[in-house]
Amino acid sequence: MTLNELNEMQTQAKAKLTPGDANGPAIRIVVGYATCGIAAGARPVLQSLRRELESLGLQNVLVEETGCIGMCQYEPIVELYAPGQPKTTYVRMNAEKAARVVHSHVANGKLVAEYTIGAATGEAAEGEILPLTETNFYKKQRRIALRNCGVIDPESLEQYIAMDGYQALAKALTQLQPGDVIQILKDSGLRGRGGGGFPTGLKWSFTAANQADQKYVVCNADEGDPGAFMDRSVLEGDPHAVVEAMALCGYATGASEGYIYVRAEYPIAVKHLETAIAQAKERGLLGKNIFDSGFDFDLHIRLGAGAFVCGEETALMTSIEGKRGEPRPRPPYPAVKGLFARPTTENNVETFANVPQIILHGAPDFAALGTEKSKGTKVFALGGKISNTGLVEIPMGTTLREIIEEIGGGIPDGKKFKAAQTGGPSGGCIPESLIDTPIDYDNLTAIGSMMGSGGLIVMDEDNCMVDIARFFLDFTVDESCGKCSPCRIGTKRMMEILDKITEGRAEMADLDKLEELAYHIKENSLCGLGQTAPNPVLATMKHFRAEYEAHVREGRCPAGVCKALLNYVIIPDACRGCTACARVCPVGAISGTVKQAHIIDRDKCIKCGACMTTCRFGAIEKK
Amino acid sequence: MVKKISKIPFEGTPEQAQQLGAVIAQYKHDPSQLMTVMQKAQVIYGYLPYEVQVMIADGMDLPLERVYGVSTFYAQFALSPAGKYSISVCLGTACYVKGAQGILDRITELLGIAPGGCTEDGLFSLDACRCIGACGLAPVMMINDEVYGNLAPDQVAPILEKYRKTA
Repeated sequence: MTLNELNEMQTQAKAKLTPGDANGPAIRIVVGYATCGIAAGARPVLQSLRRELESLGLQNVLVEETGCIGMCQYEPIVELYAPGQPKTTYVRMNAEKAARVVHSHVANGKLVAEYTIGAATGEAAEGEILPLTETNFYKKQRRIALRNCGVIDPESLEQYIAMDGYQALAKALTQLQPGDVIQILKDSGLRGRGGGGFPTGLKWSFTAANQADQKYVVCNADEGDPGAFMDRSVLEGDPHAVVEAMALCGYATGASEGYIYVRAEYPIAVKHLETAIAQAKERGLLGKNIFDSGFDFDLHIRLGAGAFVCGEETALMTSIEGKRGEPRPRPPYPAVKGLFARPTTENNVETFANVPQIILHGAPDFAALGTEKSKGTKVFALGGKISNTGLVEIPMGTTLREIIEEIGGGIPDGKKFKAAQTGGPSGGCIPESLIDTPIDYDNLTAIGSMMGSGGLIVMDEDNCMVDIARFFLDFTVDESCGKCSPCRIGTKRMMEILDKITEGRAEMADLDKLEELAYHIKENSLCGLGQTAPNPVLATMKHFRAEYEAHVREGRCPAGVCKALLNYVIIPDACRGCTACARVCPVGAISGTVKQAHIIDRDKCIKCGACMTTCRFGAIEKK
Repeated sequence: MVKKISKIPFEGTPEQAQQLGAVIAQYKHDPSQLMTVMQKAQVIYGYLPYEVQVMIADGMDLPLERVYGVSTFYAQFALSPAGKYSISVCLGTACYVKGAQGILDRITELLGIAPGGCTEDGLFSLDACRCIGACGLAPVMMINDEVYGNLAPDQVAPILEKYRKTA
């Protein structure tokens, strides 16, 4: 493909996407068809749309699958583009609602207000339509990495090209020297979005400076942090952006081959990547002599097999080589001796997804967003006890309060915010007292957490912080590869102490031991996994020390989570003697006669909580 | 992660051996594709018993130690056969804070198997898995490729029953 052909294709593809254009459809409808959309029931919605359109004989209506629109809570989502109207976002759809949208909106131009996003969030007055972009969830977002997710059909090269796709690569190959590309990235201030936050331009310049017979570009798509799914969304929703960025990296660093290491747990991402690579090869956007520039670049996909440590860059490269994914000591750094012992540049998916936009629009545009040392945007996966779960992309420097209260819509069920966990098993928690901290790499590190890959799990008063710390440590104990002893043995010993605490067998000296052990592991582990594994424990101990002490000194779990420290009791005055609890108790621990207050036998009780969820009178409490 | 080696006798068919042979022939030249071969072998056999690992080691001309090392390192490689319906309950953070443990406990109770186990009739196997990236729908579980979201413990029994009926 030549530059002229690309431009021509873009003009045509744009027209085909524009409703009302002479070459475009009358109406374009997209259905959020990423993993979460499908799980929420997007398939019957799509079928219903197609069936109803056919039954009404409506021609020239384009119905397409698209990637993640970002509002998991409101899936399945259908968006409708019609000429002369802002985009309409229909949420929580099902087959019947989809049929009604076709009959009313598509066939008669009458919007179905009660299914739209504004009605679902309660932000729009009755009968009014609020565009998605004006909802609280959306209005503070700035989409760079996610710009095409939920907008284009991810399996269409044409649509990617319509959205300026491959223009950055064309610009670099025809107008810029490799050094210019690196300089633009350096000026943009882009830092690694996988967690570490290393300046991307600098990283690329290290590889570029080394001479070798072969160099590599590696994309880390082994998104393993529990609670993070932004990389999956980018790969599912906009795979060509990663392909284009990796080719740009190849050009800038002098590499002619690239590998994408993606989790096998993401089948749709793998499928879309395979399609994207095949399309790019067919059109000469990958392969030999791209844009007649003499630059060659080829891409391969390798599937992970479920090992968290492979998200660490050296372990990931060892895994691509077909070995046990154990990390290697650094130095030598990957820029000197990486994949197959050749100079290698490795970046994660979100980092790459930013690159084409930066090259195309220049560094100043990107650097205008964010804080002094953290430029641009960051994608967060909001999860846990929050009303609007989903993917949000916000400028760096947004405060946690804005994310949770405005974008996230606060905590459901009137519960109280307790802490937010960022950085997954490598990060830490942010307590309520620090909720106004502007989020960027350095601020998060300073308060004992870290950016991580962007999982943001919100916890409320019902979550026990000791239990949460134990949960993360359980994860790292399980995922420690075993190569170095501080991580392999140390995390296990920490786990044993946490078990003692949650079971009420610990002494105050154990808390000091736990802390000391944590620092040893941080300092002496070989790779990032071990060096950060104690973070959740240290952060919770720092911010929620009183909760630890309540477990140890009083044998009490204030949040009512740690089973060994709990007792279920029936409040005699509230009990009506309906016997419902006695009937659901799996171990027959509840006794009493009809219409008399019942009693729970503590020795028999296994603390499953079935009685409490069954009781209609609120007569059972956890103490 | 500790892996249990299956005591169930290995029963491979000549067709399976032929399929694996074709996969090995395709990737034999490149030892870095070992994991690809093992992933495909697992699709063919459903798991990677000792006998299959020997076939891979011989075919790829790699020491058995290397193949065994890889199969025990990665969670995805199974050394025991899975049930007809393989249940994975996500214990990622988002699911955990929303009560995934209760879902797992209920399945354990209903099927009488612990995570890592398989029912005697070979119908269900149960695993607790890492985040499957559907955090917005937490808590979630997967049965084969189907994802079930926003679960509550009392929804589990009807779902399992549905599978039992179609089996």
